[in-house]
Amino acid sequence: MAYENFKVLKSKCVPLPIENVDTDQIIPARFLKATERVGFGDNLFRDWRYNSDDSPKKDFILNNTQFEGKILVGGKNFGSGSSREHAAWAIYDYGFRCVISSFFADIFRANCLNIGVLPVQVSPEFLDKIFDTVYKDPNSEIIVDLINQKVTILKSNISESFIINSYKKENMLNGYDDIDYLMNLKNTIKKFSEKTPL
Amino acid sequence: MNNTLFDKVWDSHVVHKIKDGPDVLFIDRHMVHEVTSPVAFLGLKNRGIKVLFPEKTFATADHNTPTINQHLPVKDPLSANQLKALEQNSKEHGISYWGLGHEKNGIVHVVGPEYGITQPGATIVCGDSHTSTHGAFGAIAFGIGTSEVEMVLSTQCIMQPKPKKMRITINGDLNIGVTPKDVALYIISKLSTSGATGYFVEYSGAVFSNMSMEGRMTVCNLSIEMGARGGMIAPDEKTFEYIKDREFTPKNEDWNKAMKYWSTLKTDKNAIFDKEIEFDGNKINPMITFGTNPGMGIGISKEIPNAKNQEGGVNTYKKSLNYMDFEEGQSMIGKNIDFVFLGSCTNGRIEDFREFTKIIKGKKKASNVTAWLVPGSHKVEKAIKEEGLLKILNESGFELREPGCSACLAMNDDKVPAGKYAVSTSNRNFEGRQGPGSRTLLASPLVAAAAAITGKITDPRTLL
Ligand code: SF4
Repeated sequence: MAYENFKVLKSKCVPLPIENVDTDQIIPARFLKATERVGFGDNLFRDWRYNSDDSPKKDFILNNTQFEGKILVGGKNFGSGSSREHAAWAIYDYGFRCVISSFFADIFRANCLNIGVLPVQVSPEFLDKIFDTVYKDPNSEIIVDLINQKVTILKSNISESFIINSYKKENMLNGYDDIDYLMNLKNTIKKFSEKTPL
Repeated sequence: MNNTLFDKVWDSHVVHKIKDGPDVLFIDRHMVHEVTSPVAFLGLKNRGIKVLFPEKTFATADHNTPTINQHLPVKDPLSANQLKALEQNSKEHGISYWGLGHEKNGIVHVVGPEYGITQPGATIVCGDSHTSTHGAFGAIAFGIGTSEVEMVLSTQCIMQPKPKKMRITINGDLNIGVTPKDVALYIISKLSTSGATGYFVEYSGAVFSNMSMEGRMTVCNLSIEMGARGGMIAPDEKTFEYIKDREFTPKNEDWNKAMKYWSTLKTDKNAIFDKEIEFDGNKINPMITFGTNPGMGIGISKEIPNAKNQEGGVNTYKKSLNYMDFEEGQSMIGKNIDFVFLGSCTNGRIEDFREFTKIIKGKKKASNVTAWLVPGSHKVEKAIKEEGLLKILNESGFELREPGCSACLAMNDDKVPAGKYAVSTSNRNFEGRQGPGSRTLLASPLVAAAAAITGKITDPRTLL
């Protein structure tokens, strides 16, 4: 599925300084029963966000109206656990376009890149600076510049560069997806399949 | 030559290399289940295309299925809907479908090896992270997301940058009461849940060569819990013996040809890994987890570590203990538990039921414990009956359920209530994984059995 392209994003952000946030927290398994990709944002962080009677948990960050924006900033090893792409869908559907962390789990990172959420890995020090800045002033903004692979805390004007594979970068900049690319290789793939032993 | 086993399998499947980008990797076997596939099939429909190689695609229903009364219609309308979608999609695209009630039905990573779909040197993917299980046969197997499921359905390829390579070597003999699950939990406790992120792992050393195929599957299954893309073990005599004469393995002349290829599948002497790690098999004890990720495990007779000695952030660690209602310095032995779950693609095979029965034989289930014993497949279920294990289980007050993922991810009715403790042979102890508010202690089938009999955390070695 093609998605909205991503070039430069300037936004406030939502801090979630917890480590090892796993995809079961991002979207619990009981919400994976859909056969279409709609409405997952409502259940993003469901059990951290709501009590069992569906009332909001006041101390959870998504229920704190001070914090908002298109960027989610998470602790180390974000997105570990289950391969469910629904986690990335929930993040996208909620309105985030970018997740910043000092470390991402592999499958989660790949899932994000496949659906148009940009995972930005920064140093632990830079991550701490972002947390400090937004806690001091929830209105402070971050600029994520995919073209120049640079993330900047606007307030203090400090930046750090980030790495992204150039093929994936091209896809994100244009909103292309991998299947379009692979469909063009179909004949090569078919030929290849004839010589595979299995 | 100086290639690793991983290099050999990976390189022989690269269809195309993208400059400064991922490799286009050909996939030999694609396993599909009801939860992560419907949106992918919808994508195909929107593009107006069909599955490119239906004969390389295998569908089974497992994640969402009830484990009692499978002959009745599925009550939960959303689950029923997903099951129906998989059935229809399979039919429409000509994919073999082992749905609920089918004799070959079971957990995707249990039935793959059982029917010989899993073979050495193959590339195998599935929209489930524990696809790493199939690496036990010397295959490259890993979990993928739904966009990638769509990618493989439509082009039989996947785009992936080649991961780095890690080798974990464990020599020595395992102590009594130490199972493959303990070996895996031990490794994860040492490496942490992100210690192998970016790597593909090869397990080597006497501990793994002495291990049964079931045990190797348990270890490879848990590779993902230390962040690895997957794990694999070089195929040997045991591997070949296991797969011989299974439904989908090559026969006669084709078998001989395959054997010739398979016997080349080992790491060359001079091959170099990006990272090498070694442990001593003698040092491993029965393990149990005390926190909310699989890396938070200790030897069963140890105390819960202090926050200040932990690598990760103190706050995250304390949040985790708080969720479990445990305290630093407490002993695990003697803690009361409420539920026992034997099952999942980690420990739902016949060997696991044999281990469990070893401990409970001639004893009675503790009255405060609810036990869910869920075979990984109908084939496992059948073996449990044929080997007389069911009789032993029943005599001790246990019942057997029908196959499926069950309480591993609690998508069906098998949910542990909030605040309750479950000793579980599955693979994840995340907050709420086994039901909202549930508290999971990961352990081997032996530890689970000891807990089921005594109603509390008990060292299984005292009951063997
Ligand atoms: S048993 Fe658990 S880990 Fe295994 S396939 Fe089912 S849900 Fe996934």
